[in-house]
Amino acid sequence: MKNMPEKSRRDFLKDFAIGALAAGVEPRALARDVHPASANQAKSKVVIARDAALYGVGNSPEGARVAKLLDRAMQAYGDSSDPVAPWKKLFHPDEVVGLKVNTIAGPGLSTHVALVDAISERLKQAGIRPGNIVVWDRTNGELERAGFTVSNDANRVRTIGTDSKGVGYDETVLSYGVVKSRLSTLLTRTCDAMINVPILKHHSGAGITLALKNMYGVNHNPDKLHANNCCPAIADLNMLPPIRNKFRLVVADAMTGCFEGGPSYKPQYAWRYNGIIVATDPVAIDQTAWDIIEKKRAERGLKSLPQVGLTPNYIAVAANAEHRLGTDDPARMVLQEI
Amino acid sequence: MKKPSASQLTPLLIWLAVALLFEACQQQAAPPAGFFPDSNTVSGWTKSAEVRTFAPQQLSEYIDGDAEKYLKAGVKTTATTDYKYRGETDVVVDIYTMSTAAAAKAVFDSEPAMDAEAPTLGDSARLYSQSLIFRKGPYLVRMVAYQESPQLARAMLELGRALESKLIR
Repeated sequence: MKNMPEKSRRDFLKDFAIGALAAGVEPRALARDVHPASANQAKSKVVIARDAALYGVGNSPEGARVAKLLDRAMQAYGDSSDPVAPWKKLFHPDEVVGLKVNTIAGPGLSTHVALVDAISERLKQAGIRPGNIVVWDRTNGELERAGFTVSNDANRVRTIGTDSKGVGYDETVLSYGVVKSRLSTLLTRTCDAMINVPILKHHSGAGITLALKNMYGVNHNPDKLHANNCCPAIADLNMLPPIRNKFRLVVADAMTGCFEGGPSYKPQYAWRYNGIIVATDPVAIDQTAWDIIEKKRAERGLKSLPQVGLTPNYIAVAANAEHRLGTDDPARMVLQEI
Repeated sequence: MKKPSASQLTPLLIWLAVALLFEACQQQAAPPAGFFPDSNTVSGWTKSAEVRTFAPQQLSEYIDGDAEKYLKAGVKTTATTDYKYRGETDVVVDIYTMSTAAAAKAVFDSEPAMDAEAPTLGDSARLYSQSLIFRKGPYLVRMVAYQESPQLARAMLELGRALESKLIR
């Protein structure tokens, strides 16, 4: 909000975490500064920022417009007139910040390079050293196919896959519920904090995929976790401590999404939503994504996901008393569309 | 009647084994890597990548959760490569070799046609502005373009026809 005094980092984190706590989320790393007594007064905030002219006349969104859209989203989220302030309040200059992108579907339906560049720029302005910003996904090949340039130069923003030499998956097998997985060392060893930068997609197994399902690119055995509409596997995977504790923010790339036929790119089912969605509650943002995809399916004359046996049940499970990863209850969310 | 001796049966058994092996080979779909048209076989199209193949247990490495429906239907192997149309439009071509024609049909029918054209190609086909999907026997072929381009749909159809002619039922 313009002309309002900037909030302190403490207040900002409090707002973030209070929302999560109100949603039933246990404190994460960012919640260290929160006074739990006030936790029941806030809701999980989800901001949807859209720009109808994002793509201009080309096949790709315009970088400058993407950067502006990101600022609008983050400033709305943080109630800040300063585009850098929200980042400063979320991340310490001495942290290594990982951006977990989603590139499995190739250039048509992967996290846009322009969005990653815009996030990286704001992180640098917030004091994070370029070499301490790590853009990552499963493989170098997928990153390159999505338009990223793989580089492990410590003097610039690094972009690397878990299959890079010397990276790989941690030897320790972590377990929760139905999940027994080894996680990428980029998360377990390299990064202090994670920004989840997923894509808005229908998913022929889980129903939809956004924040929580994007963690299937973190573990070594995602193929083992698709039974029963990926439920409770998605929620269980997000309970593993490195994921749960290092997750800090979701900046969802909803510039192009798909309402059917996902998670692969099938152009006939893709549409330009022209949006960026921001939240710190991964359940609330996934619930929001489900609503967006259902609206588009209805508009295109398709049956709802429950009608085709694809209810994203993992969202409710992630919100339940056992997992407490966030809220799926619209009454406990504040949805801000700008 | 005198029973045949073991020495008399041996050639017969060998012949039978060879015949069964030959029949089994005949029923195996040909390796799909050879089905991709070479560069400039079809005007405007150049092959821009090596063919990658995925066994069923590896398919999720390529298409993540999308693999489930192919696995359920009975995919045997998947081959994929990239093309460029007129040097600028990137197109990925996948050939899914299913266990039966019915399996290919099941996957094909599972996807809503939306506003597709239905060109005469293979057993059934759908053409969109940026993609083409068709099936022929146990094969399911999908072409996906990552950019829009004038005349792209017709060009994909031409590439599809060249590929389809190589598919053996």
